[in-house]
Amino acid sequence: MTDLKQLNKAIVDGDAKKAVEVTKAALAEGTKPLDLIQNHMIPAMDEVGKLFEQEEYFVPELLLSGRAMRGAFDLIRPLMKAQGIQPTGRVAIGSVQGDLHDIGKNLVAAMLEGAGFEVFDLGADVKPEAFVETVKSQNCNFVAMSAMLTVTMPKMLTTIEALKAAGLRDKVKVMVGGAPISLAYCHQIGADAFSDSASGAAVLAKEIAAGNKQFAEKGEKTLAGLAKGAK
Amino acid sequence: MSKATIFRTMAVSSPQDLIFGTAPKPVTCGTGLVIGGGTVFPEVNFTLPTMNIDSSTWPEVVAHYEEMATNIFKRAVAMNVPGIVLEFEQLPQQTQKPEWGAEITALLERHVKENYEKYGLKSAIRCTPADIRGPAGVKGVKPVMRHGELWDQLNRSFDLCIAAGADLMSIESIGGKEIHDEGLMYGDVRATVFGIAVLSCRDMNWLWSQIVDKCEKSGHTVPAGDTACGFANTSMVLAYQKLLPDVFAAVDRAMAGARTLKAVENGAKGPSKDCGYENPIVKAVSGIPISQEGKSATCAHFSHVGNISASMCDLWSNESVQNIRLLSGNAPEAYTELLAYDVRLMNIANSHKQGHILQSWMVESDKNNSAIGAILTPESVFAIGKAIVAQETDYARTVAAGQAAIDIIQTAVDSKQLTKGKKELQWLEKLHKEFAALPKDENELAEEITSTMGHLYEPESYGMKVAVGAAK
Repeated sequence: MTDLKQLNKAIVDGDAKKAVEVTKAALAEGTKPLDLIQNHMIPAMDEVGKLFEQEEYFVPELLLSGRAMRGAFDLIRPLMKAQGIQPTGRVAIGSVQGDLHDIGKNLVAAMLEGAGFEVFDLGADVKPEAFVETVKSQNCNFVAMSAMLTVTMPKMLTTIEALKAAGLRDKVKVMVGGAPISLAYCHQIGADAFSDSASGAAVLAKEIAAGNKQFAEKGEKTLAGLAKGAK
Repeated sequence: MSKATIFRTMAVSSPQDLIFGTAPKPVTCGTGLVIGGGTVFPEVNFTLPTMNIDSSTWPEVVAHYEEMATNIFKRAVAMNVPGIVLEFEQLPQQTQKPEWGAEITALLERHVKENYEKYGLKSAIRCTPADIRGPAGVKGVKPVMRHGELWDQLNRSFDLCIAAGADLMSIESIGGKEIHDEGLMYGDVRATVFGIAVLSCRDMNWLWSQIVDKCEKSGHTVPAGDTACGFANTSMVLAYQKLLPDVFAAVDRAMAGARTLKAVENGAKGPSKDCGYENPIVKAVSGIPISQEGKSATCAHFSHVGNISASMCDLWSNESVQNIRLLSGNAPEAYTELLAYDVRLMNIANSHKQGHILQSWMVESDKNNSAIGAILTPESVFAIGKAIVAQETDYARTVAAGQAAIDIIQTAVDSKQLTKGKKELQWLEKLHKEFAALPKDENELAEEITSTMGHLYEPESYGMKVAVGAAK
């Protein structure tokens, strides 16, 4: 039998090759995908998140762990879909129209993936209609927007208005961040959540996903919910 | 077309020759402003408050620039500054529609002339179009640098801003950033080196030969210089937030010195741009005057090196400040006064022949607080410059700059002047090993990086027909 602690270690160490190798072997031996995720992958990324918070890990170590997790998760995703298991949430993320800064956005995307979200990274300079289209086509329940310039901040509001016009605003939680963004601005434009750090954004998204009755009432099971014993 | 030169010797003979206010090759610009001729001047950079920029808001945009220019000059006159530079760092929309950038340039130039005629105040406008090429960071799209609509817009922006009277021309060019960013984010030293030493140097050669050509033909616009803002400022700011190792960012900064020097080797005259913290290396090698930012740029971002960055500057900048109301007045005016006091102190120190004393305090206050500080002392930038000029190719010169920084940091750590934690020391060790293992031939590195990151960049954008063996 494959020692599944190796999967945890491979993710913490950022060893994508090993993470894929162990996951393949485990699946071949009949290990349940959910067992791999709940008991090994998410705990590993939780540990990575702690190491990052404690400044033991820099961004490269964090992203290499995220890459290892993604490699393993790519093997599991089709099996989960076949079994009707949903990720923690589905996020359309991007830097808003006119803004070419993407490093902060990339960090948030990596942290969200590590937290079990399915992330649709639209890149930089993302038009409001591209967010709308992705929310529709990928059935997203989160929109995460980044802006680094004072003159691109207003595009966050434009995007929220586009979501409203498309009848999607009530179906998504809108998260915003970036150097000039504040909680006050988040409130001003009618966004739902603001974080000033990548790790904070992932924690916030997890809390929203876990506690949002709207999704629970629809019967959608989240990984976070399942991890806490919810049915 | 301008012909590039390669600096084989240093412009200064010792670190002691590096001092604020004086550069071996001063630049005269605007209404007779001599930069690097013994006096430090403020360079005020300003931007819009939170607002949309489109046709409907354009009159409001123009009104903001009119207000900012009026207030900055009013304060400059009140503070009796010996001269001043205003930097118009364009927002992407102002470069995408070059007429807009040119309109603001002309507006600012009007203030330059009015204040010279009325008060005799010498000043100049630095015009910095946004490097909108690429586009960068768009999912699944490899940046295109040498043709296409975005390059056409940028190219036209240079032309129209020169025609509108720009005194100094700069850009924060981004060629190679697509690979460099990936290298930084994943701690991939070889990719980081490839992005800055190969791709960015190639792009600098291509871009700056054209900018210089346009400026020389104009007869009035000085090709001022570039900055590795998109490269080493990314790593520096992340290091300051403890998201990247400080030692990695410091080595990146040293490599940026060789890269930003390329503008000068293609004919730029200075002052090199404020956010290029690598500029002292450029000054030591080439002798051009430089602009720097630091402690008075906290309106834009924080840094470890707020004092030391002033120690060799010829212009002293606030980086960027929004036109918002403060208790004293609007922020650009307030920062004009702040910079005016900073440069007054430096100039008084020099006038008493005590500039080196003030400089030594600036250096000492920062040099042992970070690896970036350690590589920015006059002695360090001189050593890095010497490592650069000893090599032949752009690749070898950039790598040599990085290796020199590693050696400087190691010496500072060994002598216990610089204290670094376990993780940082592990990274320093990694940098030693990775640099020792770099291939001598850039084509070998190109082949390797293209095999793993070829989906991120377009070799043709850097004059490489194929990445393997055909680089010219």
